[in-house]
Amino acid sequence: MHITVRLFLSLRSGRFHTKAVEYPTSITVAQVAGDLAIPDDTIGLVLVNDRQAEFEHQLVDGDTVALFPIVGGG
Amino acid sequence: MADTDIVRAFLAENAEGDLLAWSHQVEAMRRFGLSCAEAEKIIFRAGLLPKRYQRNRRMISTAQQERLFGSRVAVVGCGGLGGYVLEELARMGVGHLVAIDPDSFEEHNLNRQLLSSPSTLGVGKALAVARRVGEVNPAVEVRPVQASFVSDRADALLAGAAVVVDALDSVEARLELTAGCAKLGIPLVSGTIAGWFGYVTTVFPGEKTLERLYSRWSGGRGIEAELGNPAFTPAAVASLQVAETVKVLLDLGTPLRNRVLCVNLLDMDVESVPMDAFPTSRS
Repeated sequence: MHITVRLFLSLRSGRFHTKAVEYPTSITVAQVAGDLAIPDDTIGLVLVNDRQAEFEHQLVDGDTVALFPIVGGG
Repeated sequence: MADTDIVRAFLAENAEGDLLAWSHQVEAMRRFGLSCAEAEKIIFRAGLLPKRYQRNRRMISTAQQERLFGSRVAVVGCGGLGGYVLEELARMGVGHLVAIDPDSFEEHNLNRQLLSSPSTLGVGKALAVARRVGEVNPAVEVRPVQASFVSDRADALLAGAAVVVDALDSVEARLELTAGCAKLGIPLVSGTIAGWFGYVTTVFPGEKTLERLYSRWSGGRGIEAELGNPAFTPAAVASLQVAETVKVLLDLGTPLRNRVLCVNLLDMDVESVPMDAFPTSRS
């Protein structure tokens, strides 16, 4: 199963910008984040194919997942 | 107050084309007992442009400059973002500013907060804004409010504002502010920063952009807790917020409605991400 993962802002540090990832079986957004060692509580927003999705959303072949960190400073 | 016709005659006599120099504005204030704002109002009414706005005029007409002068903007937070936002709004000639912040300057603000300096340590941030704007553009009226933004005072704090600028430093307060603005029907220009990164968006009443952006937030601070804030990120994001504010005030261009500008200064990558056409769990 091919998933394209897009990371924004700080989530790219030590990882990547956009990457096509191959998974043997079906996987959730949370598992993708876990795979990349991104702590749950740093992610403010998940988009799957440009639509807001839950962390437990089950991905299907060809999906694009975008993860955005929580930024709150001023 | 002096007879406006006499003041106008004085202004017409001293204008260079349709520009009026600061020295003549000061002379009009002295001669006719006017405040700086009163003099500026008469200058605009006479179809003249204070010379200080000369470099605005290829993008902002005299009528639009007068509209900015008649506008009120409330800036919530006078720290990293807010200091730059207020400075730029004053220089743009927005005539009425409300500066809201409960804090005073501390040493760890000095790396980035425009109005902080060794001499302003311990000075209230909102008060520092009033002093600074008084020096930079005395025609601009500032209402300093040394208090936190709280929802039940939203009415009193934001009344009459055509735009509210979010320069807060917490997600919780930001979500309260966006709810308050929605209730009062005021557009909100939101900015937030951490390290090399930031988000900017413009929320019109009824739009849920911030609720979406923070849909997984469940408390606490964001990545700024780890990354801190340097000098340049607040300046960059604040400038984007002021551009949005001017656009909303003058109904120009395409504001960042239903999208979030993701600003990444480390990769020098800026992307506008659409935030509409999907449901939100926090609405």
